[in-house]
Amino acid sequence: MAAARPLSPHLSVYRWQIQMVTSIVHRATGIALSVGLLLVAWALIALASGPDAFADVAAFGRSWIGTILLIGWTWSLAFHFLNGIRHLWQDLGIGYAIGTFVRAGWIVMIGSFVLTALVWACVLTRGGAA
Amino acid sequence: MTRQFRTPMKIANGLGSARAGAHHFMVQRITAVALIALGLWIVWIALEMLHMDYAAARALIAKPWNAVLMIAFLIASFWHAQLGLQVVIEDYVHAKGLELASQIAIKFACFLGAAASVLAVIRIALGT
Repeated sequence: MAAARPLSPHLSVYRWQIQMVTSIVHRATGIALSVGLLLVAWALIALASGPDAFADVAAFGRSWIGTILLIGWTWSLAFHFLNGIRHLWQDLGIGYAIGTFVRAGWIVMIGSFVLTALVWACVLTRGGAA
Repeated sequence: MTRQFRTPMKIANGLGSARAGAHHFMVQRITAVALIALGLWIVWIALEMLHMDYAAARALIAKPWNAVLMIAFLIASFWHAQLGLQVVIEDYVHAKGLELASQIAIKFACFLGAAASVLAVIRIALGT
């Protein structure tokens, strides 16, 4: 009988709202960035090992799968960065009025795409030898 | 009714969320504050390295300030990652054995990642 009753937190009755999206995406981007950290570790170990090992990292970065992952990690970092600042701000007890809360969520979401575009505009205008 | 001689603190210590108190919360936030600055810095470094060959990229990381900030970034970010992944596992993995195994695996992986990459920065900085 227990199985027939609806269980908390009744996810199916909620319509999607920005507060849920920022919370879930913060976790997802955090997990993605943890994997991305392994790439940072790989790049540094390669840089310490020698030119051949580093060339492998550069080749991975230039490959299309590498580029897609790098764009994904850039957005993950931009989102986690902005939303993290929002969380720290709220840890101080600020910004809990519903209107402010919703607006802050949208600023984080839109801002993450703006930051990603800015970083990749820098990448495209600078080009790269490595 | 038995008389209670032990203080509430003595009873709470070691039980439930009082195991570590606010330590996890505080370290997560302190590493987050550090990563605001270090995160901006790592993006700058990555963009700088784009148009550099191997020798120039290595020389950039070998600069003392960059080596120090890179080590700070690695420690703060692997620590922050461990704390965050720990909460994800606590929330979603409910099989006792699997939860314990994955918590230990996450701690080992984050420590090894930090140790290996910090050693790499030291090798770069010392030119060995």
